Amino acid sequence: MSMSTTPSAAEAELAVQARQAAVKSQGYWAGVWKRLRRDPVTIGCALVLLAMFLAIVLAPMIAPHDPYQGSMIRRLRAIGTPNYPLGTDELGRDMLTRLLYGGRLSWFMGIVPVVFAFVIGTSLGVLAGFAGGKVNMAIMRTTDIFYAFPSVLLAVAISGALGAGILNAILALTLVFIPQIIRVAESVTTGVRNLDFVDAARASGASAFTIVRVHVLGNVLGPIFVYATSLISVCMILASGLSFLGLGTKPPEPEWGLMLNTLRTAIYVQPWVAVLPGVCIFITSICFNLLSDGLRQAMDVKA
Amino acid sequence: MFFYLLRRILYAIPIALAVGLFCFMLVQIAPGDPINAIVPADAPGDVVEQVRRDYGLDKPLPVQFGIWLWKVLHGDLGRSLATGRSVWSDLSGAIVNTLRLAIVASGLGFIMGCVLGGLAGTFRGSVVDRAAVGIAVAGVSVPHYWLGMVLVVVFSVQLNMLPAMGAGPSGSGDWAWNWEHMQHLILPAVTLAVIPMGIVTRTVRGIIAEIMSQEFVTALRGKGLTRGRIFVHVVKNAAPNALAVMGLQLGYLMGGSILVETVFSWPGTGLLLNNAIFQRDLPVLQGTILVLAMFFVALNLVVDLVQTALDPRIKRA
Repeated sequence: MSMSTTPSAAEAELAVQARQAAVKSQGYWAGVWKRLRRDPVTIGCALVLLAMFLAIVLAPMIAPHDPYQGSMIRRLRAIGTPNYPLGTDELGRDMLTRLLYGGRLSWFMGIVPVVFAFVIGTSLGVLAGFAGGKVNMAIMRTTDIFYAFPSVLLAVAISGALGAGILNAILALTLVFIPQIIRVAESVTTGVRNLDFVDAARASGASAFTIVRVHVLGNVLGPIFVYATSLISVCMILASGLSFLGLGTKPPEPEWGLMLNTLRTAIYVQPWVAVLPGVCIFITSICFNLLSDGLRQAMDVKA
Repeated sequence: MFFYLLRRILYAIPIALAVGLFCFMLVQIAPGDPINAIVPADAPGDVVEQVRRDYGLDKPLPVQFGIWLWKVLHGDLGRSLATGRSVWSDLSGAIVNTLRLAIVASGLGFIMGCVLGGLAGTFRGSVVDRAAVGIAVAGVSVPHYWLGMVLVVVFSVQLNMLPAMGAGPSGSGDWAWNWEHMQHLILPAVTLAVIPMGIVTRTVRGIIAEIMSQEFVTALRGKGLTRGRIFVHVVKNAAPNALAVMGLQLGYLMGGSILVETVFSWPGTGLLLNNAIFQRDLPVLQGTILVLAMFFVALNLVVDLVQTALDPRIKRA
């Protein structure tokens, strides 16, 4: 009698636990969404970014002119010129078109290094935090070396040595952000590693791989992700900065940082046209920053 | 305490060595033969071979690193490809200019950040708080090279009030603390100050809010102290952390001023780096980055030591 009831009772309890877990996890994301919805700043920033994203993706369809086709007779027209609502640049190319196309590379170079760094940095950081001991020492002391450089200097050093080019700039920026993500990943993993449920999983015979996949990653990915979103803003400013120095994109490719650089000579002729690419960088960067702050609060991530 | 200091100083040595290795490798990862970083591309073949032997470039890499390190420790950073002058002679003048700009900018940013952060932390949730947080977010999100251009457009092009370029009436002549020279410093310093302002505002706001919620503040209030007297206690508690953040910001500005210096043609390390990149002058690139990074390592060390000395709550063994 008792032999038959005990398993079923245990099963029933497991089912209840599973249901509670399901309800709880649903509750977490529902709670995050509820908090986000009540945060007009974050929602506003997300909408602005979405609109910008659509505009740059659909640039070939909505741009009024060709981004490379200039004309010597209509150089540096003012904002509000008929047919050229945002004026023209130093080679007579339509600014609106160039800004739409320029966003593609600027966004690409602002996001891709952070994605690479997120994948690599999380792997190394979780490894360091979970393995501890000598592995931790080796990984964390190596990141200390990169922390000896201010990030702008590190990016300029690597891409300056490698030479100009989009790939070199992406490589340099990825290397800048990997150590920062490793530090965050390592510290949250170390925090999770000694919690009871990890001990319980280990006692029940789960392999290290399973523990990391099921128990650790689920708890550390959120905070690391929020941290990584805050880096997008920095990365976009740095990437445009590299192009501004002539280290990223090469002309005649449209990119916001490079456009700022080539228009620098025009600030005495058409100052307000010359600063337009920077307005785009600023809006994107501040929106990503505020979005990241909003996510952090909604997801209740400390640190 | 003594052992902590000793260990902290000893730990800076391997870091400095690794930074040196990184800078040494910069020339190795550059495309092409590293010999091109020493002799001009159009040098005759036998000269190239001679130089290769003289510089030990025919030896294995670890030996080369040893030779390079030995020279660096004796103050020899090599010669510029573009000018033929020793890297150190160009660098030493540039460092002084950058340091002047970075100190003024970080001081400015620190003062503004402390005022904004202090107000925001004291009156948490008020309009003042929200305005300060907004300014801080804008400060850390703004591409400062663009802000520099906007300031030039407004104050130099439109209002014609301040010079747009250089570090003095003669472009890059000797510095003096008079108006002729100082007016050149205003725009770059304000531009550069925006980043530390944002970061210090956020940090100070957090620190002040945390201290204000501690029990000892309630106790002081209960004792009947005035707002001003309580404020003194709060500042005393907040100062070590705020100063540490500021110390590191000075280092970030030293390394990060390359973009602002390019915008304003400020004759510092940033402009030197920019020209080196443009002319692919690898010895100058390597030397400048090495010196700036070493400065940052030293600054980190000093900040740690000063913080330990200043803050009796930190008991490090």
